[in-house]
Amino acid sequence: MQPMIEEIRNVLRDHSGLGSAVDGLADHADLYSAGMTSHASVNVMLGLENQFDIEFPDHLLKRSSFESMAAIRGAIESLAVDLPAT
Amino acid sequence: MSMVELDTFLDDVRAVARDVAAPAAVAVDAEARFPHEAIDALRECGALGAFVPASHGGAGLPLEVIGQACFELARGCSAVGMVFAMHQIQVASLVGFGVGHAFFDAYLRDLVSEQRLIASVTSEVGVGGDLRRTIAPLSQVDGAMHLEKQAPTVSYGVHADDLLITARRSAEADEADQVLELARSDQSTLEQTSSWDPLGMRGTCSPGFKLIAEIAPDQVVPVAFAEIAPRSMVPCSHLFWGHVWLGIANEAFERAAGFVRGQARSRPGWTPPTAQPLSQLASTLQAMRATLAAATAEYQAMLLEGASTDAATTFAYAIRINSVKVTMSERAAEVCFGALRITGMAGYKNDTPFSIGRQLRDSLSAALMIGNERILATNATLLLVQKST
Repeated sequence: MQPMIEEIRNVLRDHSGLGSAVDGLADHADLYSAGMTSHASVNVMLGLENQFDIEFPDHLLKRSSFESMAAIRGAIESLAVDLPAT
Repeated sequence: MSMVELDTFLDDVRAVARDVAAPAAVAVDAEARFPHEAIDALRECGALGAFVPASHGGAGLPLEVIGQACFELARGCSAVGMVFAMHQIQVASLVGFGVGHAFFDAYLRDLVSEQRLIASVTSEVGVGGDLRRTIAPLSQVDGAMHLEKQAPTVSYGVHADDLLITARRSAEADEADQVLELARSDQSTLEQTSSWDPLGMRGTCSPGFKLIAEIAPDQVVPVAFAEIAPRSMVPCSHLFWGHVWLGIANEAFERAAGFVRGQARSRPGWTPPTAQPLSQLASTLQAMRATLAAATAEYQAMLLEGASTDAATTFAYAIRINSVKVTMSERAAEVCFGALRITGMAGYKNDTPFSIGRQLRDSLSAALMIGNERILATNATLLLVQKST
């Protein structure tokens, strides 16, 4: 699975509370600094779990996993790598 | 200032609690005044620098010993315990995130040698009690950093030597993009904007202020507040406050227990009906102690040399430490209320050896300091994705 940044951006547009401001963000831009609240980040996680049909394990449920679109892609890719082993 | 040693520190603190804080507690409460005598006595025994590492002239005492000191002081006077706790929360942030940077290395040495007291300015009008947002921005003018902030609650602000303040990083930054900076009292002014006549914790002297500060750029802690809050400020607050609330509850329990023993002595062979509710309070207190001891040990392990506070940034830990706060604050008020029911009129009156009024009023602040409703709402949200706690 190679989640695309654009798919992540779509989830963020709907759930991060940043709206269309995510369109102008670079892959590594800090979403929290851009105004995403902790509460909204949970909605983003739920949206991502739904979009990619995954469940984030507890060790990924921390601020840094969701601080940028690149970090989110890393988190999802780490799941794809983990999956065959489980 | 005498040298602080681990084996004598708690004895010194107990002596301050018993001989200085407790005798003044009624007056501090009645007059809603700062407990100068106890804070000065703590300065005398070097307690304000107890958490500063030895590399910076401090005693480098473990977190659990600082917590124990909060407990001991609160038994004598809730406000003294809370002022000490709040100061140590600020010290912990600077020790965790300022060390290695010239300004803060020098500052921590000064804190120890001059026994400087730090107050915090994290509250702000307009953010609805959200620690993690600030409207007031830092602005750079001619190389200096300028800040104006409307704070609805600043505990012992005018009695502190220095202020640790949250601010928006800049006028262009989002409200969630916060920094923490230290302003010495000669670099700041506090204009009181509201009165201070609260139900309890009256000696913390926590009215609202308009703060104006002018500092140098290197007085801004070089790590984002978004990192400092989950790794240090939130856990230290809940753990140190928890020790204060346990101390208040313990004092109420001891007064009730003394009352019950007096009843029992008056008729040997008869178990007074107050003994059973007292036994229920004993089990509540024991649960509080166990909760706090486990949480303190967990966080202490993260702080040990070579360890990391990364684990504190997980949702699982946020839920646990938030739960500690809710448990300790709710149970403390329960114990104080239970002690009042046991002591009856003797506890209700303000001038008996069994008076519970002050402890009960003080304990009621616990649920409001970062409101439990807000904390439970946060946990409710986190539990939507968290799989285990």
